[in-house]
Amino acid sequence: MSIQIMTTLWIATLGTSLIAFLLKYSGHSVPERWLSHPKVQRINALIPIALLSALVAVQSFSEKSQLVIDQRVVGISVATVALFLKAPFPIVVLSAAISSAAVYNWL
Amino acid sequence: MSVSITVGAYGVAFGAAAVANGFTVVQACLLSLLTFSGASQFAVVGVIGAGGSAISAIATASLLGVRNALYGVIMAPHLKVRGLKRVVAAQITIDESTGVALGQEPRGIVAMRKGFWYTGIGVFVFWNLFTLAGALGAQAMGDIRAFGLDSAVPAAFLGLVWPRLTGNFERALAVGCALFAIAMTPILPAGLPIIATAFIAIAVGLKR
Repeated sequence: MSIQIMTTLWIATLGTSLIAFLLKYSGHSVPERWLSHPKVQRINALIPIALLSALVAVQSFSEKSQLVIDQRVVGISVATVALFLKAPFPIVVLSAAISSAAVYNWL
Repeated sequence: MSVSITVGAYGVAFGAAAVANGFTVVQACLLSLLTFSGASQFAVVGVIGAGGSAISAIATASLLGVRNALYGVIMAPHLKVRGLKRVVAAQITIDESTGVALGQEPRGIVAMRKGFWYTGIGVFVFWNLFTLAGALGAQAMGDIRAFGLDSAVPAAFLGLVWPRLTGNFERALAVGCALFAIAMTPILPAGLPIIATAFIAIAVGLKR
């Protein structure tokens, strides 16, 4: 693995960790009124929905900035069905992995 | 108990996802020890895996970490801790510990504090052990596609977002952001299509 990629991974690992802690600590330390505004609360509930949905899409349908259709389409479809059937998290992930691996190995 | 099993499953999924996206076992474990916030950790490996820069990965993960600051605001008046104890309390301020503590509110302040500390520390231990297991497992696999790990990662993201889709508005936002990210993937530098959706969320949140 190139040195540049290793550096990227380390910066991402340590940078994320540092900011994550500062965010947690600031919550315990700043005056309550700064963060308890209803609009802040509302946006805070929406941001994870936006980012996680985007991540599902990008991780399912792209490869290095190119859109691709491969075995992952089957995996994510099976996961969606499992979630509609109210399956618990481990079943959702396992069913996606098994169906995707089956398509990759045998088709 | 059921919380522990679920946390374990997420931990394995995270450890495997990190290694599948190019992180080392040590980096996966450090993310779980130091970042200790599931969605942020999945985001950083997801953005890097999609080819994004370190800055976009950190930005995406940090936007997801803002909610822990809000949990801290809720918990601080109940915990009333200072010094090193506040540092530890901050580190274990996550969805689960805050959720359990608030669930104990009717039973009084002692039960709330107990719920926060026991859940936070318990999840911390399980999360880190299972991250290590998942990372080592993925490292042993070789071609991750042969084991379906390339699908397990987006399925884990879907499992994280699903419980948040409580109404039609939330579902529409999710579908909109997914389509936006796909449409922008060939156009924008990797990582940006994901972060850009946070601004969609802020815009609709301000308007509503």
